Amino acid sequence: MTAVAAPGPLVRARPARTSTLTGTGRMLRLMLRRDRWRLLVWTAAVAALYASALGEYVLLGADGLQARAVLMRTPAMITLAGPGYGLDDYTVGPAVANELVLWMLVALAVLSILEVVRHTRAEEESGRSEVLRAGAVGRHAPSVAALLLVVLVQAVVAVVTGAVVAGVGRLPAGESFALTGAIAVGALVFAAVALVAAQVSEHARTATGLSLAVLGAAFVARALGDVQGDLEVEHGTALSWLSPIAWVQQTRAFVDPRWWPLGLSLAVTAVLLAVAAVLGSRRDFGGGLVAPRGGRADAAAALRGPLALAWRQQRGGLAWTTLGLGAMWFATGGVVSSLPAVTSTLLENPVYRAILGEGDLVRAFLRVIGLYVALGAGAYAVSATLRLRTEEQVGRTEYALATATGRHRWLGAHLVVAAAGAVVVLLSGALALWAGAAVTGVTDPSFGDLVGLGAVYLPAPGVLLGLGVALYAWAPRAEPVLWALFAWSFVVGLFGDLLRLPDGARGVSPYWWVPDPLVGHVEVAHLVGLAAVAAALVVLAFVGFRRRDVPAA
Amino acid sequence: MTAPVIEIHDLRKSFGAVRALDGLDLTVQPGEVAGFLGPNGAGKSTTIRVLLGLLRADGGTARLLGGDPWADAVALHRRLAYVPGDVSLWPNLTGGEAIDLVTRLRGGADPRRKAELLERFELDPTRKARTYSKGNRQKVALVAALASDVELLVLDEPTSGLDPLMEAVFMQELRAAKEQGRSVLLSSHILSEVEKACDTVTIIRAGRSVESGTLAELRHLTRSAVSAVVAGDATAVASLPGVHDVVTTPAAGGTRVQLDVDAAHVGGLLTTLGRLGVRSFTAAPPSLEELFLRHYGDAAPTDGAAGDGQRRRTTAGAR
Ligand SMILES: Nc1ncnc2c1ncn2[C@@H]1O[C@H](COP(=O)(O)OP(=O)(O)OP(=O)(O)O)[C@@H](O)[C@H]1O
Ligand SMILES: [Mg+2]
Repeated sequence: MTAVAAPGPLVRARPARTSTLTGTGRMLRLMLRRDRWRLLVWTAAVAALYASALGEYVLLGADGLQARAVLMRTPAMITLAGPGYGLDDYTVGPAVANELVLWMLVALAVLSILEVVRHTRAEEESGRSEVLRAGAVGRHAPSVAALLLVVLVQAVVAVVTGAVVAGVGRLPAGESFALTGAIAVGALVFAAVALVAAQVSEHARTATGLSLAVLGAAFVARALGDVQGDLEVEHGTALSWLSPIAWVQQTRAFVDPRWWPLGLSLAVTAVLLAVAAVLGSRRDFGGGLVAPRGGRADAAAALRGPLALAWRQQRGGLAWTTLGLGAMWFATGGVVSSLPAVTSTLLENPVYRAILGEGDLVRAFLRVIGLYVALGAGAYAVSATLRLRTEEQVGRTEYALATATGRHRWLGAHLVVAAAGAVVVLLSGALALWAGAAVTGVTDPSFGDLVGLGAVYLPAPGVLLGLGVALYAWAPRAEPVLWALFAWSFVVGLFGDLLRLPDGARGVSPYWWVPDPLVGHVEVAHLVGLAAVAAALVVLAFVGFRRRDVPAA
Repeated sequence: MTAPVIEIHDLRKSFGAVRALDGLDLTVQPGEVAGFLGPNGAGKSTTIRVLLGLLRADGGTARLLGGDPWADAVALHRRLAYVPGDVSLWPNLTGGEAIDLVTRLRGGADPRRKAELLERFELDPTRKARTYSKGNRQKVALVAALASDVELLVLDEPTSGLDPLMEAVFMQELRAAKEQGRSVLLSSHILSEVEKACDTVTIIRAGRSVESGTLAELRHLTRSAVSAVVAGDATAVASLPGVHDVVTTPAAGGTRVQLDVDAAHVGGLLTTLGRLGVRSFTAAPPSLEELFLRHYGDAAPTDGAAGDGQRRRTTAGAR
């Protein structure tokens, strides 16, 4: 679209009201309207996560939590949780502060980043906000409205989750709301980061990437800083204090509360907002501060078929998933060496016994983590197949199929890349788990055991992948079923025993059929069965995709 | 006589309750540039998708380059190039990479031709596709199509995002393609473009063809606007066959007559006017625009289709 001249008179009619903030209220209402469901789902999901974690802490009871405190002193758990305040008297309150703050803050920071970029740079990039800006909407109105939106959402989430913490955890209301409020303030820092990034880059994806990189750096700085400290002397070092995540954790909620670290969060937010305002006033509409990088004018010789194209599209996501999950499994593997020290206390607790089962604790623990690794591969498989539908909805599938590319080749290429990606995520996860354990001196289970564990799980994500393509071919609109099956597999895998689910309900999860390679013996028939189901679904998908309309009606 | 490149008869396609195509006919002969017009939602893109084997028709017949568009899709697609109405490119490929990819998927293209077209369309091939505007994405698809050595170009509103300069470049390339003997199916909303570029035109409405024929034939269906000053009494003119909307006003040296006349009845009018003593005479050429607006603007599609049915008969046999 070229410049819209029409609003001229509109602006002139109300000269007194036009400023760089004109229209902020209307923009905010528009954003709320657009995002009401999305925000509701986020809030509900975060509240549900709090509720399930708190439920677990309450179930564990004092003994269980105290046993868990031993684990929390290990470098691996310091990395994955917090600086370890209140470990000597580890009750529900300190557990929430030490273990939940990190993950809830990361989740809500991601929400802040996604919302800010979505309503500022993404709108600008799509050209939609050009129409608005040409009307009676000031230069800073979209940014300020997006910021207000995030403040509003974080406040609502803080109130809802504060109530969950106080209610489910049976904790004092005042401290509960203070904790969730502190997380909201921490998440706001990242909204400000995203706002700056949205001024710097011309592209929404780059702005999101930059902001997530800052969040990642904050995660790493806090983890490294805290691990370096000696828990008997200090909780966190100078390096930790560089991270906005630490500022929330250092409030020592439920242990020895102090709130001044949040002053750092607010001050940094204010500075970042000022920077964003200055950058925003100086740049052109649609422009950024860094020029976009150019690329090749001609394609490499290898980019010549659907397989090369699918690989090109998925390799970035695969690399990041493998790295991110791999780092997490590596850290988790590092916990294994300290497990024997806590074996007896831990196994006295009925909840842990239910999750870990009887027998050798290290093997039982690794079996549970192995399931997590396999579920991670399943999540990758699910998102890779959902990609097929997006490709079709935006019209790229139509464009490609109008060339001399057959439908089977097209579907096959995406399937091969997605399946190979799931295998990589699963096997590299098992490998990372082994490496984490080996680095801390664990020799049993062996390398072979853990790679075997990964291999045995392969057919389960295969079934998810098969179902994904079959749904894509026959009923593309029913694809949310895939996420539902994934979520159910998660519930069955981790809480099936605890919730005493009947076998019929558990059997819906492909993971339930995978035998225990580390604890029990391998039921080859189950694996063959799962592989057969996956193969049948893939055949069905090929038959269906050859017959249906593209784009699907 | 060689077989038509595209031959569609009584094509039907529904999406649930929506009847997108409802007995559509379309023929394109080899070497012909065929215009394909119709209001929004008339079924142009749907027709093209059926031709490309993307959608399966509910009824009727469609032949493409002598083959079956659905069953022989892959083989036929080597011989044609398609520019979608709304071009979406792979965001992490550059424009140049996207062009190479698409032409390779079709069977390859001459790199010199690509370079030449990039220059003509003033397109920077090193930018990532997600940074392209709509017009630039369209240029990528146009370059990829024009660089391919194919018999048939299927273009769905290819100029909707181009600026006037680029539109002119496109028209030149279209003419060049025609000179090389390629056939073109060009869907469009832009009348002047169709008038300039096309040999034949098919107008569709609500999934049905309402007019088709050469531009000359269609012009024949339109009326010329005539203005004349005559010495005698002009009342007789109004009762002539094929004469419409007569307005008479007194003028210096007689009466000014303004009227519209069907192309078929110009002769009769001229004879009458001659007898009345013509002082001055102007005639505006027949305007296709009027014809298009008549089809685009009609309110009830069913009425329009019934009324137009007869006229279609008169032109359908012309080819
Ligand atoms: N996948 C689909 N599902 C449901 N309805 C569809 C689908 N595709 C097209 N239609 C409907 O079919 C009819 C014809 O659409 P089509 O896109 O062919 O029109 P068009 O002539 O290309 O219009 P335009 O000039 O706006 O591009 C419209 O009523 C449209 O809403
Ligand atoms: Mg269309």
